[in-house]
Amino acid sequence: MKKYYYYIPLITFILLILFFSRQLFLNKDPSHLPSVMLDESFPKLEFNQLAKYNLLTIEDIFSYDKPSLVNVWASWCVPCKIEHANLMLLKNKHSIRIYGINYKDNLKKADEILNLDGNPFYSIGVDSSGRIAINLGVYGVPETFILDRNGKIRYRHVGPILEYDIRETILPILTKLEQDD
Amino acid sequence: MLVELGHFCLALALSVSILQFVLPIIGIKLKSTRALATSTYSSYLFFCLVSFSFISLMWAYISSDFSVALVAQNSHSLKPLIYKVTGVWGNHEGSLMLWILVLSLYSLALSIIGKNIPLKIKSIVLSVQGLIASAFTGFILFTSNPFLRLLPPKLEGEGFNPILQDIGLAIHPPFLYLGYVGLSITFSFSIAALILKQADSIWIKWVRPWAMLSWTFLTIGIALGSWWAYRELGWGGWWFWDPVENASFMPWLAATALLHSSIVAEKRNTLKAWTILLALIAFSFSLLGTFIVRSGVLVSVHAFASDPSRGIYILLMLILFTGGSLALFAKNAPKLKSGNMFSPISREGAIVINNIIFSAAAATVLLGTLYPIFIDALTTNKVSVGPPYFESVFIPLMVPAILLCGFSPMLTWKRAVFDNIYERIIFIFIVSILITSFLIYIRNGSAMTFLGIFLSIWLFLGTIYDFFERILRGKSFNEVAKRIVSYPRSAYGMSFAHIGVSIFILGATMSTAYKTEIETSVQIGDKIIVENKELIFESIKQNQGPNWLADVATFRISHNESDISFLYPERRFYPASQINTSEPAILSRLFYDLYIVLGEKDIKNKNFAVRVYYSPLLNFIWIGIAFMAFGGILSLSDKKHRVSYKTLRKNRNLSIK
Repeated sequence: MKKYYYYIPLITFILLILFFSRQLFLNKDPSHLPSVMLDESFPKLEFNQLAKYNLLTIEDIFSYDKPSLVNVWASWCVPCKIEHANLMLLKNKHSIRIYGINYKDNLKKADEILNLDGNPFYSIGVDSSGRIAINLGVYGVPETFILDRNGKIRYRHVGPILEYDIRETILPILTKLEQDD
Repeated sequence: MLVELGHFCLALALSVSILQFVLPIIGIKLKSTRALATSTYSSYLFFCLVSFSFISLMWAYISSDFSVALVAQNSHSLKPLIYKVTGVWGNHEGSLMLWILVLSLYSLALSIIGKNIPLKIKSIVLSVQGLIASAFTGFILFTSNPFLRLLPPKLEGEGFNPILQDIGLAIHPPFLYLGYVGLSITFSFSIAALILKQADSIWIKWVRPWAMLSWTFLTIGIALGSWWAYRELGWGGWWFWDPVENASFMPWLAATALLHSSIVAEKRNTLKAWTILLALIAFSFSLLGTFIVRSGVLVSVHAFASDPSRGIYILLMLILFTGGSLALFAKNAPKLKSGNMFSPISREGAIVINNIIFSAAAATVLLGTLYPIFIDALTTNKVSVGPPYFESVFIPLMVPAILLCGFSPMLTWKRAVFDNIYERIIFIFIVSILITSFLIYIRNGSAMTFLGIFLSIWLFLGTIYDFFERILRGKSFNEVAKRIVSYPRSAYGMSFAHIGVSIFILGATMSTAYKTEIETSVQIGDKIIVENKELIFESIKQNQGPNWLADVATFRISHNESDISFLYPERRFYPASQINTSEPAILSRLFYDLYIVLGEKDIKNKNFAVRVYYSPLLNFIWIGIAFMAFGGILSLSDKKHRVSYKTLRKNRNLSIK
C-alpha cells in the first residue's frame, strides 16, 4: 500500500501539465480575447473618479471619432511601471488617446505615481473591486484594449506594451482601424 | 564571420551534448569503461564550444554589429559598454545562451572536481547533464537562434528601455542562473541514485555541496534583483510578488528544504527518498521558472517576448525532465533502503517539519502564481492574484518555521530529551518578549510589528545561545579558544545563515512598519522635514548623459548641525525613445534609508513634484541576506566537503560491476 505514496508527486505533476497544456493549446495566443468580447462594443460600465483626474465615462469613448486605447493598470504592478514610459510615448509622440482603468489599487499611490511620472491618460476610471475588470475579461495587469472609432473592442494586448509592440502591433492596428471605415 | 563561427560551434555543441548523453548509456549496456569515460571529455568539449559561441555573441554586442537581428533589436551604439555586455542576456535568446554556458560550466566543474566519484555514477550524472544540455541547445537552435542575420542590416539598434539599464538588474541573471542551473547537478545525482537504486551516505556527501552552492547563488541572485527593484522602480518597495520574482523564489524555497533534508540524510542516513524528491522538485521549479517567464502561459512581465511555439517546446522539456524523473522516482524510490528511525522530538523531527513548511510555502507561491490559470480553466472568471494573497498566506506559514529554527539546533539527533532544553527555551522566550515589549512600548506598533520583532530577537538569541553553549563547555580560557577554532565551518555557516534570517526579518518588519512617505511639490529653497531631518531643495541644473538629458536636483540634508549630506535625484529624458524616467537618489545609512524621487516639472510654477521615503533599518534586509549567503560560503569551505571528493580512491576500482 505504502508504495503508492510514491506516485503522488507524479500524479500532481500530470494534473499541472494538463492545466498548462489546456492554457497553451486552447488559448494559443493569450492576447486573443474570448470571442464574446471581440468586436463587441465596449461594455456600458460606470467608474469612480481618481483624485483630480478626468473621470472616464462611456460617453467619452463613444463620442470620440478616432481609434483609442484602454489600458488597465495599477501602481503595485511592476510591468506597468516599465510600460508607463511607452504609454507616454504613445500619447506625446503619436497623439493617441488612452483611457486608463485603475485596477484594485491604493488610490493615493496611483495618484502619486501619475504625479511623479506623468499622466498618459485622457481620462481615468477606478475599479477598486475588480468587478469591471471581470466584465472586460481582464486576466491580469497590465492589459490594453484597442477600440475602433465606434467604441468596439478590436484587439487585446496582454502584458506590458514594449517598444517592439508599439512598432509591430499597436501602431499598425491603429493605422489600419483609422483607414477602415 | 565570428558570428557564423559562433553559430557553427553551437551546432557542434548540440552534437557533443547528444554524445555526452548517449555514450555512457552504451557504456553501461556494453560494460565498456571506455565509453563511460568519454562523458568527461564530452563535458570539456561542450564547455569550450559553448564558451566560444557565447563570446562571439558577446563580441557582436560589443562591436554593435547591427546586422545580427538580436543585436539590432536589443542594443544601441550609445549604450555604455557595461550594458552592451550585460545586454547579451537581457533578452530571451541571449539569456538561454547564458543558461547553457552556466550548465556547461557546472558539468566541467563536476568532471574536474569529481575525479574520485565511481566512474559509473559520474558518467550517469554527466549523461543526464548531457540530456539537459542537448534539450536546451536544441531549444536555442530551433526556436530561439541568437545568431540570425538581418538583411539589410540596421544602422542603429533600437534597444534600450532606460529602466532596464541598471547594474543590479544587469548582473543578477548570471547569479540567478548559477543557482537555477546548479540544481541540475543535484537533479542528475538523484537520477543516478534512482537508476542504480542506491543512495548511501557517500552519495549524499557528493550532492550536498552542490545544493549548498546553488542555494548560495540563488540567494545572491534574488537579492540583486530585489535591490534593483528597490533602487530603480522608484516607490521604495523591494518585493512585489511578481510572477517572475516568484519564479526564482520557488526554487529557492525548494533548495532551502533540500539543504536541510540533505543534512539529515548525510548525518543520519535517513530521509533519502525525500531528499531525492526535493532535488527533483527544486530543478523542476527552475525549469518551471523558465517556462513561466518565457512561454506566455503567464503573461506578466519583464521585457521578454513570448511565443507559443516556444511554450510547447518548454512544456515538452518539463514533461521529459520532471515527468520522467517523477515516474522513475515512483518506480524506484521504494526500493531504496530505508534509513534509521528517529523520534518526532529530535533534530531530524525538527528538520522534517522545516521541510514540510518550506514545501508548503513553495506550493503556496506556486498556487498564487498559477491561480489565474486554474480559475480560468475551472470557471469563466478571470482573476489576478496580488500581493495581499501572498502576504496573508506566506507570513503565517513562516512564523512556525522561525519559531522552530530558534531552538532546533539545540535538539540532539535521533531522540531529544525535551526536559534538557525546556528551561533554555522558556528563558529565551521570556527575554525576547521583554525586549520586544520594551521596543514596542517606546515606539508603538501593531501586533504584526510585535510579532516580527519578537521572531527576529527569538531567532537571534536562540542561535547565539546555542553557539555560546557549545563554546563555553570548555573549562579554561584555552579550552574555549580551542573550541572556537575547531568549531566546524559548516556549523559556523548555519549560525551565520540563521542570524542572517533574523536580521532580515528585523529589517523587513521595521522598514515596513515605520516607513514614512511624504509627497509634495517644492520650489528652490523649500524645506521638507522627515524624522528630524531637514531636506532643503537647493538647486536644479541641467546635465547630459550618453543618451539622455537630465534635470538634477540638489537636496541638502542636515541631520544635525555637523552632519550634512547631499542627494541628487534626477529626472531623465531619453530623446531616442521620448521617455522620461526618474532616478531616485538614496542616502543609505546603517539605521535608515532616505529615498528621494524627483517627479515631473510643473512648467507654470517652476515646481517639482517630489516624493520622499524614510525607511528605518532597510539596509538590514540586504545585510541579512548577505549573512545568509556568507553562511552558505562558510559551510561550503568546510573541509569535510573537500574530503568527500578526495578520499574515495578505494571505491574507484569497484565502480563497474
